[in-house]
Amino acid sequence: MAELKFSKDHEWVRLEGGVATIGITDHAQTALGDVVFVDLPEVGREVAAGDAIAVVESVKAASDVYAPIAGKIVEVNAALPDDPSLVNSAPTEGGWFFKIEPADTAEIDALMDAGAYQSFVDSQA
Amino acid sequence: MAESLVETPLLETPLASLHRELGGKMVPFAGYLMPVQYPAGILAEHLATRAGAALFDVSHMGQAELVGEGAAAALERLTPADIQILKPGRQKYGLLTTESGGILDDFMVANLGEGRLFLVVNASRKQVDLPAIEAVLPAGVRLNRLEDRALLAFQGPQAVPLLATLAPGVAALPFMGVARLEIAGIPVLVSRSGYTGEDGVEISVPAERAEALAKALLALPGAVPAGLGARDSLRLEAGLCLYGNDIDETTSPVEAALVWTIGKRRRMAWDFPGAGRVREELDNGPRRLRIGLLPEGRQPARAHTAIALAGETVGEVTSGTFGPSLNGPCAMGYVARPHAADGTALELMVRGKALPARVAATPFVPHRYAR
Repeated sequence: MAELKFSKDHEWVRLEGGVATIGITDHAQTALGDVVFVDLPEVGREVAAGDAIAVVESVKAASDVYAPIAGKIVEVNAALPDDPSLVNSAPTEGGWFFKIEPADTAEIDALMDAGAYQSFVDSQA
Repeated sequence: MAESLVETPLLETPLASLHRELGGKMVPFAGYLMPVQYPAGILAEHLATRAGAALFDVSHMGQAELVGEGAAAALERLTPADIQILKPGRQKYGLLTTESGGILDDFMVANLGEGRLFLVVNASRKQVDLPAIEAVLPAGVRLNRLEDRALLAFQGPQAVPLLATLAPGVAALPFMGVARLEIAGIPVLVSRSGYTGEDGVEISVPAERAEALAKALLALPGAVPAGLGARDSLRLEAGLCLYGNDIDETTSPVEAALVWTIGKRRRMAWDFPGAGRVREELDNGPRRLRIGLLPEGRQPARAHTAIALAGETVGEVTSGTFGPSLNGPCAMGYVARPHAADGTALELMVRGKALPARVAATPFVPHRYAR
């Protein structure tokens, strides 16, 4: 399985077969708490890196989910609206949010690897 | 360091080390460092409260005693509640009002007998309320701030049956009854009340015995710790107001649909702060009313969300969350009176989109208080 890359907005990205699968990190879901609702982007939408394109709500708060890279939304996780708790139970597997066909895969290369992301999280604590 | 960056240090309750031991996630609230949740999470803590028994630390709240002959009459100078009618061993909920008819705070008051009233006020308001009360006291009545006491809430359908194994006397307390009891050898003041919509108690305990009491309660079979997050979702499902969100110095008791807290005698005499506004709003109807809201679907609408009808803003959400027991979102807010009837279809403007919702009666989850 491809290596995960991480954004400073606490998203993870996995590039496989030219398509990037994206979700929120284990750290992010822990901070949010029990996820009760997700709002996902429309398939086909062109997004720029940094666009707020999804919403995740826990009992206590709402948070934006950003596109970590530019590209086109090619699929969203249809299981999430019915079972948002997947974000908590399997953040980097069944709890993925959307898939982007990257405009430029170099944007993914520029994201943090697991070690750099952990240092980033630690620096914010 | 710039002066503006210097923050007042956060206070801790006598249970701070226990919260950390239990893995509580500590957050600032009303000047205190409080547990918003424990490792189980808000959802589990909420559901555990409705199903069994949960322990909340509410020691941040202000506790005080009003002592002396005429204490009840003195307190009535600041509230429209009928305090003088309150019998020994009984507690009631009331509002402190401002001269302009707003709400200074909401509070609990218990009659402990022998001219002694016990008060519980909001943490965020105690610095306002207690001086205001002191300012109206006649000679012979004094206010004692009980800063050396903690306050624990033990809530849920199993709370009283479990507690009765340590203090049999608690089972005999009626809803809103108060008594001095011993729990596991610790002298406490117990009231059968709470902020969850469930049966349960609030227990005032000397600070130095608070941790021992909390540990004794958590050792009861099935009892779990719960944080401020669950406390908020529980009270919202129960339709109970949070001061600073749902009521404040701008909202009147009539607008807030809390007219039931105004004593009958007080509504004849009109001798409380803000009586003019209350009377006018009772006669002519208030401009706006506090209502319950049930959004369609699963997306919560949070505080400060605009409430609209046909594109025109008619009000604002004051509290909103996802109700774990409802398994859906619920909210409270104020709307212009013509739109306040139950069943009225309204729109909540969440992130620029109109989320359909209906005005709904509260509580959203029926109260299950002791009879």
